[in-house]
Parts: sequence; C-alpha cells; structure tokens
Amino acid sequence: MSQYITTIGLEFHAELKTKTKIFCSCPTKFSDQPNTQTCPVCLGLPGVLPVLNKHAVELAVKAGLALNCQISPLNKFDRKNYFYPDLPKGYQVTQYPLPVCQKGYITVQDAAGQDKKVRINRIHLEEDAGKLVHSGDSIADSDYSLADYNRAAVPLIEIVSEPDMSSAEEAREFGEKLRLILAYAQVSDVKMEQGSLRCDVNISLRPREQQEFGVKVEIKNLNSFKAVYRAIQYEEQRQREMLDQGATIVQETRLWDEASGTTKAMRSKENAHDYRYFPEPDLPPVILSPEWIADIAASLPELPDAKTARLQKDLGLSAYDSRQIVASPAIACLFDQTAALTKEYKTLANWLLGDISRLLNNAEQEYEHIPLAAEDLAYLLEQVKSGAVNNNSAKVVLEEMFISGQKPADIIAAHGFAQISDASFLTEAVAAVIAANPQPAADYRAGKKQALGFLVGQVMKQTKGQANPAMVRDLLAKSLE
Amino acid sequence: MITDMTLGELERALDAKELSSMEATEAYLRRIKVLEPEIGAYISVDEENALAQAAASDSRRAKGEKLSSLDGIPLSLKDIICTQGIATTCASRILVNYIPPYDATCWRKLKQGGGVLLGKCNMDEFAMGSSTESSAFKLTRNPFDLSKVPGGSSGGSAAAVAADLACYSLGTDTGGSVRQPAHFCGVVGLKPTYGRISRFGVIPYASSLDQVGILAKCCEDAAIVLERIAGKDPMDSTSFDTPPDAYRQACKRPVKGLKIGVPQEFLGDAIDPAIKEQLNQAVAQLKQAGATVEDVSLPHTQYALPAYYVLACSEASSNLARYDGVRYGLRAEAENVQDMFVASRSQGFGMEVKRRIMLGTYALSSGYYDAYYNKTLQVRTLIKRDYDQIFADGFHCLLTPVAPTQAFAIGANIDDPLTMYMQDVCTVPVNLAGLPALVVPVALHQGLPIGLQLIGAPFGESELFAIGSALETNRLKPNLPAVQ
Amino acid sequence: MSDNKTIISAEDVDYVAKLAHLQFTSQEAADCTAKLASILNYMQELQKIDVTDVPITTHVLPLQNVFREDETGSCLSREAALANAPEQWEGYFKVPRII
Repeated sequence: MSQYITTIGLEFHAELKTKTKIFCSCPTKFSDQPNTQTCPVCLGLPGVLPVLNKHAVELAVKAGLALNCQISPLNKFDRKNYFYPDLPKGYQVTQYPLPVCQKGYITVQDAAGQDKKVRINRIHLEEDAGKLVHSGDSIADSDYSLADYNRAAVPLIEIVSEPDMSSAEEAREFGEKLRLILAYAQVSDVKMEQGSLRCDVNISLRPREQQEFGVKVEIKNLNSFKAVYRAIQYEEQRQREMLDQGATIVQETRLWDEASGTTKAMRSKENAHDYRYFPEPDLPPVILSPEWIADIAASLPELPDAKTARLQKDLGLSAYDSRQIVASPAIACLFDQTAALTKEYKTLANWLLGDISRLLNNAEQEYEHIPLAAEDLAYLLEQVKSGAVNNNSAKVVLEEMFISGQKPADIIAAHGFAQISDASFLTEAVAAVIAANPQPAADYRAGKKQALGFLVGQVMKQTKGQANPAMVRDLLAKSLE
Repeated sequence: MITDMTLGELERALDAKELSSMEATEAYLRRIKVLEPEIGAYISVDEENALAQAAASDSRRAKGEKLSSLDGIPLSLKDIICTQGIATTCASRILVNYIPPYDATCWRKLKQGGGVLLGKCNMDEFAMGSSTESSAFKLTRNPFDLSKVPGGSSGGSAAAVAADLACYSLGTDTGGSVRQPAHFCGVVGLKPTYGRISRFGVIPYASSLDQVGILAKCCEDAAIVLERIAGKDPMDSTSFDTPPDAYRQACKRPVKGLKIGVPQEFLGDAIDPAIKEQLNQAVAQLKQAGATVEDVSLPHTQYALPAYYVLACSEASSNLARYDGVRYGLRAEAENVQDMFVASRSQGFGMEVKRRIMLGTYALSSGYYDAYYNKTLQVRTLIKRDYDQIFADGFHCLLTPVAPTQAFAIGANIDDPLTMYMQDVCTVPVNLAGLPALVVPVALHQGLPIGLQLIGAPFGESELFAIGSALETNRLKPNLPAVQ
Repeated sequence: MSDNKTIISAEDVDYVAKLAHLQFTSQEAADCTAKLASILNYMQELQKIDVTDVPITTHVLPLQNVFREDETGSCLSREAALANAPEQWEGYFKVPRII
C-alpha cells in the first residue's frame, strides 16, 4: 500500500444539445467556416443584450435530475470578469452563488468492489467562449492567433464533483458514467474528441497520516477518459516521487501531452485571478416551479443504472451483457425497440454485442447510425427461433441487411436460405440415405451410436445444408430403431 | 420659423400640406450649418441620409401613407444609440470609426415611423459626466450662454433641441443624464420608468440604471415620442410588458385632485436659492390648479449619491471590458495580446472613463465587494422602499429640484470629479428606484434656464405629463440669430 | 473626512489597474490615487447605515422567467461580422501572440 492518499476531483463542461446559442438565435451546430454563425449579441458588439434560451435551462435541470441533484428554485446569473481574446464581452455570463443544481452523486465501485457514492457539488449554466487558432505548433510558438466566435455563447453546463475519488480507476468510471447519463438524458452530445464534453482533473496527494489535503494540481487538455486515467496515473507518480524526495508540490495548471504520456506545466502570463463576480443586471431571475421541475423529470428517459438492472432482472440477460448493451445508447435503443417485438433477448444481445458490433467496427461506422431496423432484426430472430432459417444462414442475412439495407425476407429468398422442416420431404431424404449407406446404418443398429453423425451429414449434403438438422437427427433415429 | 415649431405643430403643418418634410429638414440643416460651429451639439451630421428620408416621407404623405405622428420630422440621437451603417462613437476614441451592423430598437421604431435622422449628438464619453466636457471629440456649449456647459451626459441632445438644431432628440439617463441637461438648456426632459423603453442597441454605461430618455420642446412632444418608442422588446429581457398609455392625451388631463409630495431631503443647503424659489412658485401654481401639495420625507436620500457611484461604476467596469481592440474599435500596436489590451484601452478611454472603471473594479474586487458593491445593493432596497411608501400613501408624484445649480461655466468642475458628481444628487435616486421623472423648464434666471423635476410612480408617466403640462410656460428660447 | 492616503494606496491602484487592463503614467497614477481616495472617502457615507437583514436589489422591476424559444434566427454575414475588425485573416479576427 502506498504511503500517500490520492484525492481527485473532476470538473466537466458539457455543451447542451440546443438548436441555438444561450442568449441569441444563432445556431449551435458545428461549422468549419469561421465567424459564420455569429450575430451582434454573441459577438458582444456594443449595446446588445442577452435573452435566455428556455430550452438551455430545461436541459440543465434535466442533467441535474439525472445526476440525483437538488434543483434550485431561484436562479440568477452572474458575470465573471476577465480578459481573453476568445471572450467577446470581457466577461462570461455564468452562475456563481446560486447554481441551478446542487448536491448530486454518481455511484462507482471502489478498489474493494464496493459501491461508493461520489458526490457532485454543483451544476451551473454558462456560456462558452470562442475558439482560438494559433499560427504555430503551440500557443507559445505562435506569432499571432486567430479568433472564431462560432462557438461563443453556446450553452454549457459545468459539473463539479467533490474531491471524493482516490484512484484513476474511480475517476475513469465516474467520468464514463457521467458521460453515459448525459447521453441517455439527451442533454449533450458528450463527444470528448470534438469538445462537446470536456474534463479537467484536480489531484493532490497527502501522506496517509495527514488530515488536510495536499497541494492541488489541475490537469487540462484531456481528450478522452483513457487520457484522464493515464494522466492521473502519471501525476500520482510524479507527485509521489517529488514528495518522497521532500520536494514541494506547486499549485499550478498542467497540460496533458498525449504523445509523451506526461503532464507539463502550462505557460501563461501571470494574471491575478480576481473575477469580480456580480449579478448580471441584463437578465432577470429564473424561478423554477415544482410543476416545471416535475414536467422535466417526467421527460427523462430510463437512465443507465435502471436500464442495466431491468435487462438483468426482467429480461434475464447476464450482468456483463446488460452492462455492455447499456454502454452504448444506440445499441441499447435498438435492443429495446427489438425486444418489444420478440422475446429472443439472449440471441438479440449476442448479435448486437457480437456480429453487429463487429460489422460497425469493420465499417468504421458510428454507433448512432446502425443501419438496421428493429422490425427486421425481430423478424430474423423469429425465423431462427421457428427453425425457418438456421443460425449460420442468419448471420449471412444479418451482414447483408447491414450492408445493403435489404429486407431479411428478400435476402433469405435470394439465397434460398429457408430451412427445410417439411417432415414428409425429410422422411424421404432420410430413407434414401439409409438405403445408400447400409453399413453405417447397420453399425448404428448394432450400437455404434456415433454412426448417426455420419448419416446426418449425408442428409445435409443431399439437401445442400438446408435441412433442419434437429429434425433429420430425430427422423434417422426413429427410422433405424 | 419652421425650426421653431414643436413636433405637434410640425405634424399638423405637414398633415395640412403647408409644409413638406423636405422643407423642414432643409431648414434644420441650414440652421445646423450656421449655428453648429458655435454650439457643437453634433458629433456627426448626415445631410444626404436626412434628405433621402425626408423625400421618402413626402412621397408617403402624398399617397396618404403616413407612418406615424413622427413621419417626416427631423430628430437627432445621442451618439450612444446604435444606428446601422452610421458611425456610433459614444464620444470615445476607442469607438472612433465604429459602424454598428444593427439598429437600436428605439431608433428602429422611430425609423419605421418615418423619423428623419439629422445626426448624432455629442455627449460625455460613455455617458460619464454631467457637462459633456468628457467627450473625446468636442465641446458643446449652452445655447443660452456659450461660456456655460449644456449639462450632461446628453448635453449635445439638449443643446440641439434648445437651439432648434433638431425637433427632438433621444438621450440616455443613468443618473440624470437627460434631466440635468434639460434643466441647463431649458427643454423638457423625460426619463421613463426602467424597462419602459428597450435598451437594446443603446451602449450601456450601467445596465441596471440606464434608460433611454427624450429631450423635447414641450411635454406634448415628449409624450408623442414616448408613445412611439415605449413597450416590451423581445431583445431586451428587462423591458417591461405593460402597454404604453395614451401619453399625448395625458398632457391635457387636469391636475385637480392629484396629490404631490415635496421631499424635504432635496432642499438642503447645497441647492441654489433661485431654484428653491422656482420650486415654491410651482407649488403655489399647482395648489391653485387644485392639486394637493404636501411635504414628505425620503429618509435614505443622503445615501443615494454614494450608492449610485458604487453601483454605476461597478457595472461600467464590466460593461466596458469588451473594448479590448480585438473585434472593433481602436487597437494599439503591441507585442502580445495582453499588452495590446492594455495599450488599446489606455489610449482609447479618456481620464474620467478610466477613473470610473478603476472605481468600479475596486468596488468589485475581492475584499471590497461586501463593503461597497453588496452594501450598495442593500442601500438600493432602502431607497426603493422610501419611494414605495410614498406612492403607497397615495402620492401621484414628487416635485424636486433637478440639480443644485444652474448651468455652470465650462471648465469650472473639470478637475474636481467629486464636485461634478454632486450635480447628480437630485437625479440619481430616481435611477436607483427605477422610477420615471420629467423635467419641465419653468423660468429663466440671470439668463439661464431653471427646470423642475417631477418624479412618478413606476409606469406613472401619464401623471407626470399631466402635472408637467400644468407647470409648463411659454417655451424658453435662447438668444440665437435667426437663420432663414 | 479621514486622511485620503489611508483609504487607497498606490499599490492598490496598481493592482486595480492590472485587473482593469489600464496603464497610467506615474503622474496619472498619483492623480488617480488622490482622486479615487477623495471619492472613496465620500463613499464612506455608506458605512454609516445599518443594513443588517436588508435584502439586496439587483433588479428594480418584478421581472422573472424572461425567455426566448430555442428557434434559430439569422446570423450576420462573415463580412458584416468582420467589418469593424482592426485586423483579420481568412475569415478570422487576428490578434497578436497570446504569450
């Protein structure tokens, strides 16, 4: 056991899934053409005023409810004052003393495999800044920078955890669960690689016998939860080594460098951090009535933990399969839609996690765009169940459905995959095979039961593999009695 | 003389086809050409645009398609109101050459009503001042005495209306910036209830106090303009959803039966006796007209001025942070972006603006927030309660001085900010409480005008117009040469 | 009135100027310190009043829940957005190096 205790807190920024920005009607959708999605309001031109996007408020509340938070009935906005070229007004509109949501939690598993509640301190609504592009390889090597305000004033929620995590594993699980919950709640696109979900880590180490927290280091530039995990492990080691040598940890912001797998102190011009928060005079307060909150709660879909439990308990899937299915909202959605039409849950789960996942990976396709309809999947599952199509053929059909988008019935017909379960036809075929193979038939009758396998193979060969093998086995056994 | 006519008179003349908008506009432009070099009311005059708008108005009227009472009537705007395609500078070097790509809502409503814009008026830089002397561009002189200031910050607008260089003008009032110049220049000045007129497109000084105001030749003119520009605006979350009243009609209502209070805290030693004398005469006049006039007390009045300066400067320090040289306005050359911010702002803002930014930044900074900013918001509650109580007691309006003095000499207070701030002692409580107030000129004393302030209940502009019209005398006119 | 020098120091003025991104010559700074001190002294008037339990007023009007619907409107053209830019490059606002 290490002689240090690690303390980790996480901060997330999630872009809300609104059509328009938080204070103006410019679209939020991504554009690669700089400064084409701006207006006087989000450019912060002199004289403009903000008008709050109602849907952004609702999504923030939704996120809070999904993360077990208390919702503040009284909401105000504040200005956070600082200068940066990506910040059009010289202040960011955010919520300071009165965040919309407080006191939530997510349950993770600790090192001993026990459930552990990691608390969420607050969730507040705010506006995003614009984007800076630097002329050189890094901000420090650039002769000039370029500002694009398409992203300025896109609505964000900032989610701040309590420093309740003590390992990279817990932090990763917290992050992944949070991402999944926001995705299920349809609050955000949660794409870390595209920046619609951003995560910063606060980490400190202290000797086991020490009560108060150690010096906190902030890590930024984390583009995946794998990076979060690696950065924490790296930083734990770096700080441990420093403490072992009796060195002092500096409170600072460090940037994760994916290529070298290390964190580096961020170079920045020293500025006093005195944000001079004060109430935003241009925005009246927002009162969230119990009725309104209840309406938003009613609009929440089934969330990941509840769904995993249901798949296990009600549909009889294994814990592993349930978690795997729930891990992808798109897979889970297709599962639920299909499961409404057929009771072949186990096979459905196997297909989704096996063949369909493989096909998606091979096609390098996003999970959101699975080209399969629930009713087609359900049809194919029912054909296999009734014996009309065998399992191997079904996999070929599935692949063709995936690639061509054709209906399963058409693919089965085109390939002649329909399985032969016609008893009179199969009886004739069995009789013919027995007649043509007297020796193995005699062997079987004499007690060499393994001869049956050879005879089944012969029937399958005669019927080009379409005979229902279970029926063939039964008919052969009966005929040879 | 055309430029002498009130808005109401001009409308009637245009309707009766005695006059065209083109003739009126040309008359104003001629007068501007002759008198502007002495008065200095305008930062920019746009003849070409004005004439085109006048021609369009005339052809509408010829077809019987009058857009509003204001159709074809020449006006000016304080250069703080954004005008699409026309430079809007706030009288600051930092916005020199800035051309807004959109119209302020108040101007859009006037434009859609057929208003003819003559030009943009001078002001104190970013509306910070009480004499128009902090303008980065020019000095504006009081039309009644060219050695005196016109007041501020809407000094250009007040001087333009007083000198007949515009039929009416829009200004802004954060702590008295429409009312004090109205008093100095002998014109009517209205500061409506906070939220009555949209602030969208009006460059903010202090967002929770700013309100668009009207400078006009008489109460009825101000009423006509207010009817046109008042109302809820979906672009301004703080504009209020109360339908505007029939203000023009309100000017004709009798004052008999109305109850008027005279707050004693406004009549301290600092107030010029000549102004007190005018106030007493007005009290007698209103009593004679059948109104009840009683002394009242607003106990927290003494805290209004310091509270106002803390609050206004705090908000201003944030509102003026966007002038950083990145997207518009002045940019100074510098090695890196932080130095560029500092250099652009230091070169772009004048001293008074910098001082107020400093004061506001200080009041909001860590360690001082509670003692200054937060305390001010609490004091604001107490001040507002004083007024709520008065109006709950059945008073329809309050009668007070506008400022401690008449127009003072150019340069007299320029190096003494605190004395300059004292100019606002009678006007700032109104902004803190968000109330409407009307300044009506009542007399000339030693050649300079005196106006009195009427303070109304929230959205009580109609009562102000009724009482203001009763106090109104013949228009005070400066002694300026006639321009044919 | 208390001593102007005690209420705000030259160091305070320097710190506040940094926050506000303003720069003063030494003469301006001295003048600014003196004037701010006299204004702040005047503002001490506010310390005379007891405001215990008095709520703050951030908005004078009883407004709440003012929203817009999540519907897209028109944007400025890029040319219009950049029209006032002191410096631009290929559709971006250009600024000097950050560090």
